[in-house]
Parts: sequence; C-alpha cells; structure tokens
Amino acid sequence: MTLAVDLASWGLILLGSFFTLVGAFGLVRMPEVFTRMHAASVTDTLGVGFLILGMTLQAGFGLVTLKLLFLLALFVFTGPVVTHALAQACLHEGIKPLLAEDRRGMTRPRSTDPDDGRQPS
Amino acid sequence: MIRYFSLAGLLFAFWLALSGHYTPMLVTAGAVCAVACVFAAIRMRAADPEGHPIELFRGAITYFPWLFLEITKSGWSVTKVILDPSLPISPTMTVVRASQKTPAGMATYANSITLTPGTITVGVSGDEFTVHALVRDGADDLEGGGMDRRVSQFEGAA
Repeated sequence: MTLAVDLASWGLILLGSFFTLVGAFGLVRMPEVFTRMHAASVTDTLGVGFLILGMTLQAGFGLVTLKLLFLLALFVFTGPVVTHALAQACLHEGIKPLLAEDRRGMTRPRSTDPDDGRQPS
Repeated sequence: MIRYFSLAGLLFAFWLALSGHYTPMLVTAGAVCAVACVFAAIRMRAADPEGHPIELFRGAITYFPWLFLEITKSGWSVTKVILDPSLPISPTMTVVRASQKTPAGMATYANSITLTPGTITVGVSGDEFTVHALVRDGADDLEGGGMDRRVSQFEGAA
C-alpha cells in the first residue's frame, strides 16, 4: 500500500516537473510576450497542479494536505488575475501582439484604439 | 444574513486549519477574529454576492472538476505545440461574448479562459471579452461557446 502510494506520488511529481520544464522551454522558444504567457501558463496550471497532487500523497491526510490544497486554490484564483494584468499592461504600453489572424474586427467595427477591448479608466 | 454567517464560519474554519493549535484561548481568539473580519468586510462592502458568492458554491462542486479536465486537455495540446520542432503557432485575437448575468459569473468565465493554457482574456468591455489564443483552434473553440454555456450553467445552478 505504501509502495503504491509512493509510486503514484513519484509519478505525479515527475509529471509536474515535466510540465514545469516544458513551460520553461516554451518561454524560451516563443517569439514574443503574448505567446510566452501561454507557455508560462502550462507551468502554473499543470506543473504546479501535478506537483502539489504528488506532494499531498506524500503528506497523507492531515493539516499539511489541507494547506497544500489552499496553495493550489491560491494559484487557481490569483494566476489568471496576474496573467490578465500583464497582458493588459502590455497592450496599454502599445506592444502589438504578433498575430497570424486578427478576428477582433469581424464581430464588430474595428476600433482604432491600440489597446482594443480595454475598459475605459 | 446567511452570507455573513457563512463568511464567519468559513473564516473560522480557515483559522483552525492554518493554526493547528487547539487551546481554548487560541480558538476563542480565532472566533473573535473571524467575527471582526466579517464586520470589516461588511463595512468595506466586500461581503456581497461578488465578494462571497455563496450562490455559486453548489455549482462549484461539479464546475471545478470539469475545469481541471479542460485545463489538462488544453495544457497537453499546448505542450505538444511547445515541443514540436516546427513550433506550429498561429496567434489569434478574437472577441467572444459572455452570457453570464452576475459579475462573479463573468469573472469566473474570464478567469477560466485565462487559466486554460493557450487562451488569455486580455480585455473586457461590457459583455465582450477580447481573447488572445496561441493557436487558431483555441479561438475556434471559444467562439463555439462551449465553455460560455458551461459557466452560465454553473452560475444558474443556485
């Protein structure tokens, strides 16, 4: 039983490490800031998720597991806010995303505002 | 009123979970702090349907497992894109409509888009989200509205 739990925990931690590495790798390979954010989001969803799951198996039932799950919840609720703020800041600075296709104008009249979609402040 | 009691109960449970010491003095201090925090939250108008959405708790039980499954699926496809030697990205900006009625529901949809690897909500105006997708397929999926319907269902589950 303990061996099975250990094996599962090692498997999950290795999987988490793999996705963390993939995220870091993508961060280097992607051409510009917006596509890099997509690579980073692999790290802070799948990487963190599998690592924490693996650690909860090591910790067993108890307060430590509960705290690890709070940590996961913290990532799930703050991660997107940070990513959104970063994307918004980049658009506001006038950084143009490198696009293969821009469908913003197809659903409504194209706006001349460089940071299209940003809420008026 | 139920909202305030639920907030106090949750804060107290959070205190107990983080403290790990259960002497009468510390537990009483926790209870007092939880109640004080609720009063502060009421004064800051943070204990409203947006700050503490108890209406959404029931739907969350099925919504989060579904979201984690979606994250895993799209995380895997982004992983394949990253590891592909030819780096087959086709960044796409698009606008999707959010059909949610409450601020908490819309925030959930926007955050779910961002949380799923391969798509980021970069802007919100009214009920329209500007979304940046790593590959065309990601934008197509969102325009299809599957996730939008699932979030609306989660919002309406109360």
